[in-house]
Amino acid sequence: MGSRASSLLREEDIEEIKKQTGFSHSQITRLYSRFHSLDKGENGALSREDFQRIPELAINPLGDRIINAFFPEGEDQVNFRGFMRTLAHFRPVEDNEKNKDPTSGEPLNSRTNKLFFAFRLYDLDRDDKISRDELLQVLRMMVGVNISDEQLGSIADRTIQEADTNGDMCISFSEFTKVLEKVDVEQKMSIRFLH
Amino acid sequence: MESYLFPFDSLICMLLGISFTVWFTLLLVFIIVPAIFGVSFGIRRLYMKSLIKLFEWATLRMDNGETLKRIIAKEPVSLEQEIQDMRRGGAEPEFDMSDIFYFCRRGVESIVDDEVTKRFTAEELESWNLLTRSNYNFHHISTRLTALWGVGVLIRYGFLLPLRVTLAFTGVGLLVVLTSIVGLFPNGRMKNYLSDKVHLMCYRICVRALTAIITYHDSENKPKNGGICVANHTSPIDVIILASDGCYAMVGQVHGGLMGVIQRAMVKACPHIWFERSEVKDRHLVAKRLSDHVADKSKLPILIFPEGTCINNTSVMMFKKGSFEIGCTVYPVAIKYDPRFGDAFWNSSKFGMVNYLLHMMSSWAIVCSVWYLPPMSRMEGEDAVQFANRVKAAIARKGGLADLLWDGGLKRGKVKEVFKEEQQKLYSKVLVGSSEDGSSS
Repeated sequence: MGSRASSLLREEDIEEIKKQTGFSHSQITRLYSRFHSLDKGENGALSREDFQRIPELAINPLGDRIINAFFPEGEDQVNFRGFMRTLAHFRPVEDNEKNKDPTSGEPLNSRTNKLFFAFRLYDLDRDDKISRDELLQVLRMMVGVNISDEQLGSIADRTIQEADTNGDMCISFSEFTKVLEKVDVEQKMSIRFLH
Repeated sequence: MESYLFPFDSLICMLLGISFTVWFTLLLVFIIVPAIFGVSFGIRRLYMKSLIKLFEWATLRMDNGETLKRIIAKEPVSLEQEIQDMRRGGAEPEFDMSDIFYFCRRGVESIVDDEVTKRFTAEELESWNLLTRSNYNFHHISTRLTALWGVGVLIRYGFLLPLRVTLAFTGVGLLVVLTSIVGLFPNGRMKNYLSDKVHLMCYRICVRALTAIITYHDSENKPKNGGICVANHTSPIDVIILASDGCYAMVGQVHGGLMGVIQRAMVKACPHIWFERSEVKDRHLVAKRLSDHVADKSKLPILIFPEGTCINNTSVMMFKKGSFEIGCTVYPVAIKYDPRFGDAFWNSSKFGMVNYLLHMMSSWAIVCSVWYLPPMSRMEGEDAVQFANRVKAAIARKGGLADLLWDGGLKRGKVKEVFKEEQQKLYSKVLVGSSEDGSSS
């Protein structure tokens, strides 16, 4: 039955996802309901069309890039685990987590991981560098037809000039992090999940 | 052997005969006759009150799973505000690499919870109303409650459903037959009077066929001839609910099959507006026919649902401006269903018409409130779209529904590119606007 969404998710799965992402039990079940309601084909995975059906996402200038971020390299379907992993980047950073055991690896919603998520939105070919072209592409997506090529080009040049410290005319992840060190990334890249 | 069975045979026949007679007499006395005269014994209201007590008891006894709250809290900050806040130091002109954070976060927020997609599926209830179809989060049900649910199934499918189907057939049958008879009369006051009475009677029987318990508010604002009545749309039943309290001219596409038969019969008794499929595309033709109708004061007010599609009764979506361009008085009506007794929303992508009617007739009841709002006209300097939005806001306010600007057509179609372009324009303004003080062109 279509509406019995939460009964399709097993307790073991919930526990695993809880460990991996840090979401609470009730958050996971509610997000599963949401996942299920987006999954029109009812095959346990979301395709790009399922995301594009959300009007607010379709009108977002960076909509396609954000959708891409959910799909692993070269795949067309994302299952619930993958969905939660990506969403976990947007969990707010809680104070008690800062003292977490460092051997368990960095949590998905750490500052570095949030920055890396944003870096990936620029870095389309995944070569760990943002080239001038890649920057221009993102700029063009955000402004549409309202700004000329020359103006956009000079904006891109200026941005690279400011950020590039090793002179390779590209922005690496560490340069990206340096440029944004004063920005409150934890707050800007977090969504207020309710308990 | 045969003589052994004979006395039982005739006994059974007699019993069946008696029970059928009793059944039909009760039906006639308690349902059909009051429907004809528009009076009510109050049986349905009593039924509704007892159901409410039952649900409250059931909710207390249930181990409620996670109650339905919002998943995330969104902050309604505008694009400009957010980006200015983010800019380091505030004096930086032009582009900043952190600008994408805004779009990124808004995008992921809309993936987790958006305003539109949830309007096209049935509303989720906070407490269970003993119908299987609305049981999502409540898995832990005690045996007592399951027993109650079982009894409920028996009552609904064994008693209520056959009763309602009988009534429905009676109602529709009478409608077709009587309107055809009235159609034989010459045009004039007698015909109109009879047509009104016949329509009202048949719709009232249909109302009882659904066990619809309707409360009408502010009846002094009821639509009058020469006007257009607009209402929010949740299901095809909206028509029956409104038409059992007043006489309207219906608007719609010509259908084949049973619907077509009903349409053809109805139009014999009084002028309804049925469009051929091909005519629907021609907006001028549609507008002309509607204006001609309202210009004739002897004709009934037109009933239109400007959303164009069924929405799940938690919100009112964009009104199509066609009916607001005609320039006559608009009588807004707000319809709000109480989802505890039965969800009236028709999810046409999931269920067909027959399935839907089956759901309707096997629910406990359809309970709704109808508010007749004071008439509105287009004001000076207001265009059709603004007028439509004004009417929509009034309906949403009265019915306690969310007022959305999104198009109901998004149920099936894609959102228009123009909205994305608006977002891009806004962002460009932030970029370019701040560089006007800068040195670049």
